[in-house]
Amino acid sequence: MQEHATSDTYYVPPPSIWPLVGSVALLALASGFALLLNKFSAGPYLMALGMGILLIMLFGWFGTVIHESLAGKYSDQVDTSFRWGMAWFIFSEVAFFSGFFGALFYSRIIAMPMLADAQLLWPDFHAIWPSAGPGLKIVLTPVDAWGIPALNTLILLSSGATVTWAHWGLQKGRQFQLKLGLALTILLGVLFISLQVHEYGEAAFSIRDGIYGATFYMLTGFHGFHVMLGAVMLSVIFFRAVAGHFTAERHFAFEAVAWYWHFVDVIWLLLFIFVYWL
Amino acid sequence: MYTAADPADAHAHDHAPSGFMRWVSSTNHKDIGTLYLWFSLFMFFFAGALAMLIRAELFQPGLQFFQPAFFNQLTTMHGLIMIFGAIMPSLVGFANWQVPLMIGAPDMAFPRLNNWSFWLLPAAGTLLISSFFVPGGAIAGGWTMYPPLFIQGGIAYDMSILSLHILGISSIMGAINIITTILNMRAPGMTLMKMPLFVWTWLITAFLLIAVMPVLACAITMLLTDRHFGTHFFDAAGGGDPVMFQHLFWFFGHPEVYIMILPAFGIVSTIIPTFARKPLFGYVSMVYAVASIAFLSFIVWAHHMFATGMPLGGQLFFMYTTMLIAIPTGVKVFNWVATLWRGSITFETPMLFALAFVFLFAIGGFSGLVLALVPVDIQLQDTYYVVAHFHYVLFSGSAMSIMGGIYYWLPKWTGHMYDEKLGKIHFWLTTIAFNITFFPMHFLGLAGMPRRIPDYALQFADFNMIASLGGFLLGASQLLFLYNVIQCVRGGAPAGNRPWEGADTLEWTQSSPPPYHSFVTPPIVK
Ligand code: HEM
Ligand SMILES: [Cu+2]
Repeated sequence: MQEHATSDTYYVPPPSIWPLVGSVALLALASGFALLLNKFSAGPYLMALGMGILLIMLFGWFGTVIHESLAGKYSDQVDTSFRWGMAWFIFSEVAFFSGFFGALFYSRIIAMPMLADAQLLWPDFHAIWPSAGPGLKIVLTPVDAWGIPALNTLILLSSGATVTWAHWGLQKGRQFQLKLGLALTILLGVLFISLQVHEYGEAAFSIRDGIYGATFYMLTGFHGFHVMLGAVMLSVIFFRAVAGHFTAERHFAFEAVAWYWHFVDVIWLLLFIFVYWL
Repeated sequence: MYTAADPADAHAHDHAPSGFMRWVSSTNHKDIGTLYLWFSLFMFFFAGALAMLIRAELFQPGLQFFQPAFFNQLTTMHGLIMIFGAIMPSLVGFANWQVPLMIGAPDMAFPRLNNWSFWLLPAAGTLLISSFFVPGGAIAGGWTMYPPLFIQGGIAYDMSILSLHILGISSIMGAINIITTILNMRAPGMTLMKMPLFVWTWLITAFLLIAVMPVLACAITMLLTDRHFGTHFFDAAGGGDPVMFQHLFWFFGHPEVYIMILPAFGIVSTIIPTFARKPLFGYVSMVYAVASIAFLSFIVWAHHMFATGMPLGGQLFFMYTTMLIAIPTGVKVFNWVATLWRGSITFETPMLFALAFVFLFAIGGFSGLVLALVPVDIQLQDTYYVVAHFHYVLFSGSAMSIMGGIYYWLPKWTGHMYDEKLGKIHFWLTTIAFNITFFPMHFLGLAGMPRRIPDYALQFADFNMIASLGGFLLGASQLLFLYNVIQCVRGGAPAGNRPWEGADTLEWTQSSPPPYHSFVTPPIVK
């Protein structure tokens, strides 16, 4: 088509339609969700449409990026940009989880004692965590930290080790170690999610059960969602590794996903300590 | 200062794709910057029209035109759209155009992502504005979205929450792009401490955006789950607390006001040295001042909640940290004035806006200090005094420096000079009308008139009528601005590479308008 002036050092991609497709997808998803929440029958269909468009966009966009990467268009400077970009993205995710952790600490350390002090309103409410608040009259049985959660901690920590082991393989040119390490990591991730689903099924309380239920499901739910995303990204990386996309020198996509996986790992540790254990 | 020999000019022939697809699929920072600026101008006029309706209702006491419920929708949507639709996108538009040009980069670090950051805005804007037309009308709980009010409304509340999510995604991606561009794409020799101050302010603003937009996302997600999924985050019966929302919101909200003012500082710090024909006084202290303002902005949020109630220790802490902000802010005002000292000053339109900024922003800073005093604020919270304060910092601060920046760089962007005389008329009308509108609001607030109210007691009538008249004049004057911008885009006296003789940043070494791909080979900065 047209020839595009690109810098000697920096690749400026040609015009692309994918961003617009992504915007249409999000608009459909968001409007569909708003309709669904308010019980309009069109909601789910619009959401499905948005989801479909979003998937097409993700395939198209990432496909283009992989293509460009394999064509050797990305200089070292572009590589550094990707690194900064991913690092700041993870920082924004840290900020996102801090908000929910903030809500947990606030309700536990500030709101709960204050409600217990409000003797006139709720004379027989005591500040004991886990709490469903003074008005709901619910007795909570929390999840035992040393059951499934401890097992899940072990699983996720091991998966951090296997992904690092895969990285070593990649760096030393041992492609088999890379693939095996990735496969193990994905397996552990799936195992984690399955156990988490099992735990949700067994749990004696729901998201509606006061502030404990709300913070519990919000934090573990968003974390689980991130593990799922991470597992999907790892699978893409696995297939790319099988296709021989990565060399010992150039494999930023692998590293980005590994960073992300470690980030999810760290969040889990915090969850284990502050949501399940203490 | 710069050797900007650009051997690549020879092969940097302009291959701009044309027509519709040029804009829709652009990966060019200049085109995307232009899109941002037009989008924000449209939103500025839309939210401005809502303001005209507000002032019409408040022209006289008693209900004149609207039911209170609709009036509340007007104030809420005016605030939300001005902040998220007009001020923020226009500053990102400036960053898009100027950051690569000022640091000698070929484009933004992630050009495709850049395009997405923009095209999410019309999507979010559609969702937000269309909520006026759904059953129950638009959101009416104020732009601060406090529960429990915000948990009770209809579908518009969900649409607005989801729209804000999309806006947040756009802001975060835009900020990641800008921060990466600044950190990784500076021309050889452009060390951090040689960057134009505008670039510095955006570096720090981008950091603030990445740190606090996700917190807003948390807060409004909890609103959504409280509305539909039975959570009790903001419900005391379930152990939650509506005040928790205020904490989360203002942890985002106060840095947010600095997100809207820091790039404006950057614009003013670019304009004043140009027309004073002197380098910026105290460059290094300016950088540190911006950084300390950004740091402080994380630990002052509860000054918006003094009347909500908090322990004495909290009141003292937030009062003192808030007052501390006056120090770096004072450093900046001092440096702008010192830059003017003994300069050979001329008063072109951009300079008029910049000077008015220094003066009027300082008034807004002072009223902020007044509000920082707990005993005073408990009296003034939710009165028109607060409305006066934030319009002095946001209209005569952010918006007027944006206008100044538009006049300043429009010759570079279009290759034409704007109509200087019309620009000056626009400036004077804006400045005078702005003060007629908002200065009386200080008195109204001190006398106790509450904000966000469609009707008021008789003793407030005179000042309100004055404010409304000023408001209509202010609104009408902006049509001159629109006309001037359109005329300048369509034609006008050729601007030449450097229409302002005192300007010395890198963009002025390029032609006007700059080639479609500028700095294809990075310039060497000495
Ligand atoms: C010296 C600097 C500043 C100080 C000390 C300050 C202080 C304050 C205080 C104490 C309040 C709360 C008033 C109340 O609700 O009772 C307030 C409100 C506000 N300020 Fe500032 N401020 C400063 C600068 C700024 C800047 C630069 C901006 C924006 C560009 C800004 C925007 C706002 C807004 C929008 C509100 C009202 C929020 C609302 O309730 O809707 N302020 N300020
Ligand atoms: Cu504030």
